[in-house]
Amino acid sequence: MSMEKSVNILVVDDEEIVRDSLSGWLEEDGYNVESVESGRKALERLPAKNWDLMLVDLKMPGMDGIQLMDEVRKTHPDMLIIIMTAYATVDTAVRAMKKGAYDYFVKPFNPDDISLTIRKIVKHHKLIQENLFLRKELKKQYKLRDMISKNEKMLEIFDLARTVAKSSSTVLIQGESGTGKELLARAIHDESPRTDMPFISVSCVSLTESLLESELFGHEKGAFTGATAIKRGKLELAADGTLFLDEIGDISLKLQMDLLRVLEQKEFRRVGGSDVIAINSRIIAATNRDLKAAIEEGRFRADLYYRLNVISIHIPPLRDRKEDIPLLVDHFIEKFNIEMGKEIRGVSEGAMRILMDNEWPGNARELRNVVERAMVVSKGNIITETDVIRPSGPQSANHWTKTLEEVEIEHIRVVLIENQWNIVRSAQMLGIDRVTLYNKIKKHDMKKEGAPPKSVE
Amino acid sequence: MDPGILKWIQEDMSEFLWTTVRIMPTMPVPPSSFEAGRNQYISTKILKEILKEVPGNALKLLGITDKDLCIPILTYVFGEAQLGGTAGIVSLARLRQEFYGSRPDQSLLLERLRKECLHELGHTFGLIHCSSKDCVMYLSNTVVDVDTKGRTFCRACQAVVSSNTGAGREE
Repeated sequence: MSMEKSVNILVVDDEEIVRDSLSGWLEEDGYNVESVESGRKALERLPAKNWDLMLVDLKMPGMDGIQLMDEVRKTHPDMLIIIMTAYATVDTAVRAMKKGAYDYFVKPFNPDDISLTIRKIVKHHKLIQENLFLRKELKKQYKLRDMISKNEKMLEIFDLARTVAKSSSTVLIQGESGTGKELLARAIHDESPRTDMPFISVSCVSLTESLLESELFGHEKGAFTGATAIKRGKLELAADGTLFLDEIGDISLKLQMDLLRVLEQKEFRRVGGSDVIAINSRIIAATNRDLKAAIEEGRFRADLYYRLNVISIHIPPLRDRKEDIPLLVDHFIEKFNIEMGKEIRGVSEGAMRILMDNEWPGNARELRNVVERAMVVSKGNIITETDVIRPSGPQSANHWTKTLEEVEIEHIRVVLIENQWNIVRSAQMLGIDRVTLYNKIKKHDMKKEGAPPKSVE
Repeated sequence: MDPGILKWIQEDMSEFLWTTVRIMPTMPVPPSSFEAGRNQYISTKILKEILKEVPGNALKLLGITDKDLCIPILTYVFGEAQLGGTAGIVSLARLRQEFYGSRPDQSLLLERLRKECLHELGHTFGLIHCSSKDCVMYLSNTVVDVDTKGRTFCRACQAVVSSNTGAGREE
């Protein structure tokens, strides 16, 4: 019986008879209509409802139709507005359309025209809204906070993470460098009831044993030489929040023992202190190492492993979920467009082929860096093949005849030389973390030229 | 205004709506409703005058006029009604074949008039335009629309009218 019942139309006209007759006529067609006599009143009514369409008289005392349209656009850029006028001039019509009016009606208009136009607008508008809604829903499904994927395993991980977030269980995240272990830890924190509490991240690989110890547990004044004041450790800072222990596989056996005690007793002491401090934070640990192998080799305590591994999440490497590459590329472009103020629309077919063919040893982080670099060097609004091929030194001409390993060694060497063997900077440029770079240097037995052979550790 | 047409519509409405239909004395068209530039009458203004004349024992009041009706923003209307109110008005002007340069057709005129009277009365019963082409409440902007749409209410619209008149039937 009814049609288009939920469509809200706002009529703005200074003449009462126009308001009454037009709203009466539109109401008979089933629209929800409100009418006001001035631009000012229209702006007042704007926040009251989700208006689908505005019918605005051009000539009104005070604010005219086009001025009103300008004002509305400031807060409702997508509002559909039809300008009505009794004084048709090409000038005003052009002006109205240029300002973004959907249509321009000269009074009096044919009833059939307005019926059709409004029905067309409403249909079009509903489709746009529906499209937006569906796209958002789709994205939501593929997203967990800052993580994005349509890989089945990853979606299972997202689901698991959402469930785990509600509990306080310890989580162990495993996966190669650059797969997003910290992002996942942050997502779990953000999805959890602890979201308003701190998220404290500690990279266990970057510090010596004693430094890491005081970093984690804090110390009392005078605990050791140089301890001139009380320092609160990360365990204390995490309070009711989340403590993220990155590269847990790299900590010493002594610290493993200490951590185990903390996990078991839910309390600790500052270095050199005697007061017992209770902890209530959730612990998420991560590593890119094979902890089971480390246990067998005696480098990792089995009891700590089982303490940490209450909930185990293994993030697959990017090469095992290549369907995510286009999705991630879009995601990064969107992100960097905002950061760089660029308007890159996408990636050329050839460039995408190159990105798809890459094995991505540095995973999503490496892909992000490649996209970032490509966006910096890109000259147009589409990323092309040349934008995504990295300069790899003078030998880049025979790039395609080499094995991946050869290209990797050569590329690492070029980057290291470029950065005077500064590991941090080189790792950043390569889009991998330091540990991975160290491991690669060790694996390929690479040495600083001119320097006496020595271990990089 | 041809009294024969009035008599016919009185009987037709009375039979269809199962209710008493009376003919009121002729009312002058309010001069203020005249739009000199367009040689038409603004139906909204006439409607306001009609409202003042509704007898206490009448459920609805429908005006019928020979004048060509319009509203300020539309080139013409076949009629107008208060949605969920008391009064409505229907114009014969554009229902006549001679308006479009054809030969007069009395039976076609009466058929169109009945549809538009039911349509405007429907609005006074709170009905909005119906999506069914077979329903008299289907939106008709042209006589072609009037001729193609149904001559009675659809089941859903009829239910609304019946619940208001306390009687009624489907044809």
